[in-house]
Amino acid sequence: MTFDDLVTHAGQWLRGDGPHDKIVVSSRIRFARNLKDRPFPGWAKKAERLKILGEIQDQVAAIPAMDNGYNAPLQDLTALQKQILVERHLVSREHASKSAGSAVVISHDQQLSIMINEEDHLRMQSLLPGLQLREAYKINNEADLFLEDRLPYAFHADLGYLTACPTNVGTGLRASAMVHLPGLVLAEQINQIVNSVGKIGLAVRGLYGEGTEALGNLFQVSNQTTLGETEEEIIERLVKVIEQIIEHEQNARQTLLERRANMLLDQIGRAYGILGNARAIASKEALNLLSVMKLGADLGLFPESTQLAVDELFMTTQPAHLQLAEKKEKLSPEERDTLRADLVRAKVKKIPEPDIAKVVPAGNGNGKKKDK
Amino acid sequence: MLCDVCQKNDATVYLTQIVEGKMQKVNLCEDCAKEKGVSDPTGFAMADLLLGLGATQQIEHGGQPAQKCPVCGFTQIDFKKTGRLGCSACYDTFADGLANLLKGMHKGLKHTGKMPAKLSRRFAMADRVKSLETDLKKAVKNEKYEDAARLRDEIQKLEHELQA
Repeated sequence: MTFDDLVTHAGQWLRGDGPHDKIVVSSRIRFARNLKDRPFPGWAKKAERLKILGEIQDQVAAIPAMDNGYNAPLQDLTALQKQILVERHLVSREHASKSAGSAVVISHDQQLSIMINEEDHLRMQSLLPGLQLREAYKINNEADLFLEDRLPYAFHADLGYLTACPTNVGTGLRASAMVHLPGLVLAEQINQIVNSVGKIGLAVRGLYGEGTEALGNLFQVSNQTTLGETEEEIIERLVKVIEQIIEHEQNARQTLLERRANMLLDQIGRAYGILGNARAIASKEALNLLSVMKLGADLGLFPESTQLAVDELFMTTQPAHLQLAEKKEKLSPEERDTLRADLVRAKVKKIPEPDIAKVVPAGNGNGKKKDK
Repeated sequence: MLCDVCQKNDATVYLTQIVEGKMQKVNLCEDCAKEKGVSDPTGFAMADLLLGLGATQQIEHGGQPAQKCPVCGFTQIDFKKTGRLGCSACYDTFADGLANLLKGMHKGLKHTGKMPAKLSRRFAMADRVKSLETDLKKAVKNEKYEDAARLRDEIQKLEHELQA
């Protein structure tokens, strides 16, 4: 599989077909694994790192799920290609900054992606649309079972899988779900949710994981601790919490419709108006407005096909994707904003105006209903 | 009593550790204790260091060379700089300091999740060896030498398999 094949066939999670996929965009399971008594990538000298890569890469490529997959050492990728993989959530930002001595192997369906010599010797992740953490775990576990027979894993009787950072030791498991919560943000209940989730040992972060603010009302919920609980316990706890978040989001949307329909329709109408007419739009604004469009589609204000169109725009309006589409190595921020606006306008123009009657019965909307 | 690690020298350092109500005892000779970081004062300073209580001065004033991982050459100073360890063996080298750090980070100190199938067989064998060794000591104490000989053979056989 070539890089072009990879790019033209978007991952399944992007097409968004999974349980609760209106609110849960994707589910991700990541395992951290290392080789016994070998320096971790961050501490290994380049020669040692290359040697370890050589030992691991063939085994990873031999995983049945990796048949016809994509397999590349990072120094063979351009900065733009690496950035594309980051925007597709196939490699981490940290991994994209690596070069010789690191590699990435991605399955043909793009559900499984394995980074070699990231922070740990092996970072394997499965990504599925909707709330499918258990299913993603199964995919990851199969790859893990294949590799554990062939590679001498660093495993400690008490501490479990040993990792470069002590925060990952034990199961080496990070389970996370990306959730779209415009209702809770608009209802100003999001901080409550973030705080209470934080209290039970789970983390809530912005769209791209560590150290980024939440854009487009997208949040990532994940486990914080990896030692002292089984993989199943960690995943079940997360699933339970996410199911509650889904319920809160649904309630928030319902309440907004009942009590603040005009505000809600105003937001959606403005998003539709701006996206359909903008001539230059920055990434942040685009993400936030697309999020509101997505909410509108969820509520039935736009035809069903809008869902996919909006999800695609979330991806294609990001900097590296724009650059790739334009086939230019460097675009100025202004050029990018213009291109992004062109792309969004073309798509949004094809979407009919929001059908307010779908959500607000005649004579009972349009701002006449007051907040109570 | 012989050292549990090298089985050569007399044990002079007796270590008792209680984790989650389970008591573990280890008897070490001076050399092995040093190697495991038990007798190294910086080994204990590390706990503070890891917890960010600023114990670096203690190391400097102590005038002792920083503890170093025998496998990868990583030191506590490196850990303080990067927040990452050097290799899997560092978890043993810096075990004392890490235990405190991990306690603050995680739900427990004992992995309860899955493990590589190969290793789970090995661990089962190692557990069996341990329990046979207890039986062996009992047999010797009670002067049941025939039992002791049988147990010794079984232990040797298992240890041979473990090394394979």
